[in-house]
Amino acid sequence: MMEPASSLIRGGNPQGAGPCERFLLSPSAWGQLPAALQQEPDLALLGLWADAAQVHACFLHEPSNEAVLASTPAAGWNYAALSPARPGAVRFERMILELWGHHAEGAVDLRPWLDHGRWPLRHPLAAKPIPFAGEAPQPEFLPVEGEGIHQIPVGPIHAGVIEPGHFRFSVQGEVVVRLEQRLGYKHKGTLSLMLGTSPRTAVRYAARLSGDTTVAHSWAFSAAVEAALGVTPPPRALHLRALMLELERIHNHLNDWGFVCNDAAFAFPHARCGLLREGVLRAINAAFGHRLMMDRVLPGGVAPDIAPRGAEAILAALEAVEAEIPALMQIYEAHASLQDRVVTTGFLRPDLARAFAAGGHVGRASGRGFDARRLPQHLPYSILHFEVPVLEAGDVDARVRIRVSELSQSIALVRQVLDSLPSGELMAPLPVRGGEGLAMIEGFRGECLHWIKLDDSGLIRALFPRDPSWLQWPLLEAAIEDNIVADFPLCNKSFNCSYSGVDL
Amino acid sequence: MLWPKLARALFAKPLTDQAPLVPLETIQALGERLAATSRARLGRSLAIREVDSGSCNGCELEVNALQNVVYDMERFGLRFVASPKHADVLLVTGPACLNMREAVARALASTPEPRWVVAVGDCAVDGGVFKGSYAVENGIAALLPVDLLIPGCPPSPAQLLEGLLSLLEAEAAKK
Repeated sequence: MMEPASSLIRGGNPQGAGPCERFLLSPSAWGQLPAALQQEPDLALLGLWADAAQVHACFLHEPSNEAVLASTPAAGWNYAALSPARPGAVRFERMILELWGHHAEGAVDLRPWLDHGRWPLRHPLAAKPIPFAGEAPQPEFLPVEGEGIHQIPVGPIHAGVIEPGHFRFSVQGEVVVRLEQRLGYKHKGTLSLMLGTSPRTAVRYAARLSGDTTVAHSWAFSAAVEAALGVTPPPRALHLRALMLELERIHNHLNDWGFVCNDAAFAFPHARCGLLREGVLRAINAAFGHRLMMDRVLPGGVAPDIAPRGAEAILAALEAVEAEIPALMQIYEAHASLQDRVVTTGFLRPDLARAFAAGGHVGRASGRGFDARRLPQHLPYSILHFEVPVLEAGDVDARVRIRVSELSQSIALVRQVLDSLPSGELMAPLPVRGGEGLAMIEGFRGECLHWIKLDDSGLIRALFPRDPSWLQWPLLEAAIEDNIVADFPLCNKSFNCSYSGVDL
Repeated sequence: MLWPKLARALFAKPLTDQAPLVPLETIQALGERLAATSRARLGRSLAIREVDSGSCNGCELEVNALQNVVYDMERFGLRFVASPKHADVLLVTGPACLNMREAVARALASTPEPRWVVAVGDCAVDGGVFKGSYAVENGIAALLPVDLLIPGCPPSPAQLLEGLLSLLEAEAAKK
């Protein structure tokens, strides 16, 4: 089979990254990439980012689940945009222009994204940032044509206790014709704070990229560092990481299941899910000393160890969850007033989920079954047993059902991990040397992808943490089309994308 | 079936935790603050508008947990409202991102006086781990007059409840 893009990339100059190689392409070879990608739809774009000198892209060869990185020099001239071939590249190209100042030639859209004109400098991650003191520009939204169209601006501060972001709805009657998101309100300059520090220092930023995904991002960051340095964490640490990762999935899925029902004004499941989740969080607190398990996963291993009676507390809390899931599911299914709101609502076409390489429940409810836990040699998952549920229906209901199925899988995984928890060390020493690594860890939203490059003194020279929401947010714009405005909260909650994770 | 469950719940023991004890020093300090600014009493109930100035969303998870049946904040007269125009309290998380400066200022301007501003989480207190970044203000005190700090990364719902109850107590103490 012809794989023009893959061969083009592998024809580049290998840079010695682990475990997936990064190939440096000349500007002319990179220039052929968009056309080659058009001819190879199985090569999914997972992320696009930059450093001061180069632009980097991460691709996944879907049939083999193999990732590969491609780079090209970008300082001094314009690199060829990938957005004409991969729609997921659009927001990355906007970010690259703002943070590093590299211009994508032929880009679909280069309007401001993270930079709202309120920082004291432009291109903060470029070799030489430019001081900025001008007026903040008015945001530009895409035009909408048609009779009787009106706009509803929402946010950045929303009505509920949620993160800030702006949604611009163009509405005809009650029907949403177009939703356009404007994010970036939570930009904290996280990357600039991580650059030049040691991985041990920087991991606390990875833990705070998106608080609800703290374990997955800490693990992905740590695993990228470990790949760069050729370090393998002790078996007990890997088991404890998987334990924490599944607990994080469980508490978030419970939370969102409850909130989806609540957004349809059906309070009972929300109350029960809230109670069950609180039980899980208290057990987590008893086991790991922090309700969200922040700062527990560190490069080299984990710290501290699980508390002596932690396993008992966790198993008891999960037993309560498991016992109640069938009854809650029965109530969820038996109430027409609720089913009416979730079935067929917010339909995401499978071809779009594929085109954007959407991960997590968003992808798996629309037929894309990728799960980073299935990647080869991913310990401890390669020795554990679990299923990855996949549906085709693509609506709010399908996303809820994926999450409920995952709840049961995660509970089973927690039991397996606790049954087979090895004894021994928790932390492997980190050598001080240079290296480059990539890692993907399946958080509750999808795969968290981290790439890191360390210089010879072991400090971070370049990095990018890619939250799964990067590829899911644009799909929410597509899923809400032709739905009524009142169903937006349901659609939004069924995706539950992270604002902080993509605002960086 | 839903109805038998609801009926059973009517006769079952409540799932709600006992109210946390509120530290006296905090109440006294808040009471003095109240006297010093000669603020009118808001009554034994507080309407709260949560504003995220750029948190990692960890604080939002714990603030949301205040509404679950275990903490059940409404039994104390504490409730979240959708608009700052209906609020007595602005409960602010995050390090005050520059991109949120205008929105936070507008939220404050829309909140009628008398009002309280509560900084929730280490980021809101002084920028937390994000202190010193080009994109943040190092805590919300740069944008808002802060009355109460609830530190933590994130503060637990019990700590949040303790802080909010001390506001109620300080209110009640001032006759």
